[in-house]
Amino acid sequence: MTTFLQIVARDVRLAFRQGGATMLVVVFFVLAVALFPLGVGPETAVLRRIAPGVIWVAALLAAMLSLDRLFQVDFEDGSLDQLALAPLPLELVAAAKCLAHWLSTGLPLVVISPLLGVLLELNGEAHAALLLAMAAGTPALSLVGGIGAALTVSIRRGGVLLSLLVLPLYIPVLIFGTGAIDAAAMGLEGGAHLLVLAALLAAALPLAPWAIAGALRLNLE
Amino acid sequence: MPLTGRNLTCTRGDTTVFTGLDFDIAPGDIVVVRGANGSGKSSLLRLAAGYLAPTEGELRRDGVPIADDPERHRTSLHYVGHLDALKPALSVAENLAFWSRVLAPKTPASSRLDHDRTLDRMGLSGLADVPTRYLSAGQRRRLALARLIVCSRPLWLLDEPTASLDDAGTETLLGLISDHRSNGGMVLAAVHGSIAVDDAVTIRLGECRMDGMS
Amino acid sequence: MVNWHRLANPTSFLKWSRRVLPWASVTTVILLAAGLYLSLFVAPPDYQQGETVRIMFVHVPSAWMALFTYAVMAGASATGLIWKSPLSHLTAKAAAPIGASFTLLALVTGALWGQPMWGTWWVWDARLTSVLILFFLYLGYIALWEAIDDYTRAAKSTAILALVGVVNIPIIKFSVDWWNTLHQPASVLRMDGPSIHPSLLVPLLVMGGAFTGYFIVVLLIRLEREILARQAQVLRRAQLRS
Repeated sequence: MTTFLQIVARDVRLAFRQGGATMLVVVFFVLAVALFPLGVGPETAVLRRIAPGVIWVAALLAAMLSLDRLFQVDFEDGSLDQLALAPLPLELVAAAKCLAHWLSTGLPLVVISPLLGVLLELNGEAHAALLLAMAAGTPALSLVGGIGAALTVSIRRGGVLLSLLVLPLYIPVLIFGTGAIDAAAMGLEGGAHLLVLAALLAAALPLAPWAIAGALRLNLE
Repeated sequence: MPLTGRNLTCTRGDTTVFTGLDFDIAPGDIVVVRGANGSGKSSLLRLAAGYLAPTEGELRRDGVPIADDPERHRTSLHYVGHLDALKPALSVAENLAFWSRVLAPKTPASSRLDHDRTLDRMGLSGLADVPTRYLSAGQRRRLALARLIVCSRPLWLLDEPTASLDDAGTETLLGLISDHRSNGGMVLAAVHGSIAVDDAVTIRLGECRMDGMS
Repeated sequence: MVNWHRLANPTSFLKWSRRVLPWASVTTVILLAAGLYLSLFVAPPDYQQGETVRIMFVHVPSAWMALFTYAVMAGASATGLIWKSPLSHLTAKAAAPIGASFTLLALVTGALWGQPMWGTWWVWDARLTSVLILFFLYLGYIALWEAIDDYTRAAKSTAILALVGVVNIPIIKFSVDWWNTLHQPASVLRMDGPSIHPSLLVPLLVMGGAFTGYFIVVLLIRLEREILARQAQVLRRAQLRS
């Protein structure tokens, strides 16, 4: 377990040290959302109506933007070769790197999301749902996105391909993430949506690291 | 724990790199792989590391096929390739500490002193807190080689380990190798230039046809 | 040196395939003729939708085949990963563009059907939306094959992607259905098996058979081409080295 935490700690430290990757993702997230009032007009009713979807779509794109370097850096500098020699199984190495990705990009998105709710004039009850849905949904984005990142690890400029592979797989998170906030905004019980989000995460948790490790092993050859 | 390869065929992409290769490494041995560019030196090392599976033939560790117990094999070898596996944003000490903890999590928390002594031995004294991005290629290579002694593993797979090392660096490396062998360690090294080891067994790759003609 | 043992399996397959192909082609043509006759002349026009209902006889089998082909791809990918058979990976590769074409056909016929029904070319109907997402899954799979140079790595990477896709398809379908019930009333296109009148079901099944036959014929032809291209590639590499 200590190795697992070592990898998480190193990746988070690198994310904060190297050009403020975290900062860029958060800025992208806020900027992308801020474009919508400029595009569709500032009427409160319209913004409130589209807010959940806009915030989630921006979150998907922001999470995806940082994915292409998730395993590629380690692949290119030889770290992947070394990680594969650790006693820790490669599946857990993959899980550790996904957790680090979430801590350095997903979690900041969760933290900043209430601010975006305010910008788009989301009403009170929906704010809690937004925070919970983001907290349950964004880890799944890091895990599922990790599969795309591992499959494209050897492809230079694989970013566009990565989005083609990953975005369709993000759709369930988008639907239930948005659904939870919509339900709360309409004063309905949004618990079911959150449960589905949690179930998606629970399914991705064992399956994604397994697929990632498989894809990474192909690139050790 | 000796490593034996029998009748190894290696295929990269669609081409057969070498075929019918046999070798033995026993404790205390050094086996040097020689051959022209593209003759399969790196492939043989990656095969021995278990990164790559042989198309035919078998690798055994202590008589057990490595495919049967990959964990035991991968945790008892060091691989030093062309890439140094160092993060430019981390300091020299941080890079070393990370790999020593990841590769040998069970050894009691390696003390700061140990790492300092390792850096001294590798000729990197005083650089512990310097970000790795400021190191020269030779210094990065020394730091990569420091993994060999900061975490003790019996089999060393070294792919052109002297690349970008100066004379003093090569001397240090030879010292490490001889210490390792006298402790019963095994070394499989791909070498392009010359390496001053007397009793090395040599594998020549890509020269079968020439041998046949001469 | 050429790894002939890797190709031995596909080579014997080619012989078998060339024997089967004529029979499969003839069967497909007969089924297609019968299916078209039944659906264009025998099946009654719908009392609400009139003659436009006949688009269904192309649209629904296309949608079936879109899913079926992905299942074939995933099955072939799993066999390829588990038993390391080169033929399986080539089957998955050969099937993907056929599946993508069926998916596109389902989308286009869906739009053509939607125009007279809803007065618009595209409606975010649950079925159409799922098929659209499936189309993107196919495109991603094909693009990954193209993007990785090394054949073996491409074969295994795309196999992992196909398996990830096949696990996700039910989840995506479930999500889109859920989303659809929230945002829209039930679809016009709903046709749940038992409620379809036999006069529609028979032509539909015959067309389904014809589409499956077509799939098999095209798959065999494409697979033969893939095998030959692959053999040529291996030979060329071997020549380059010697």
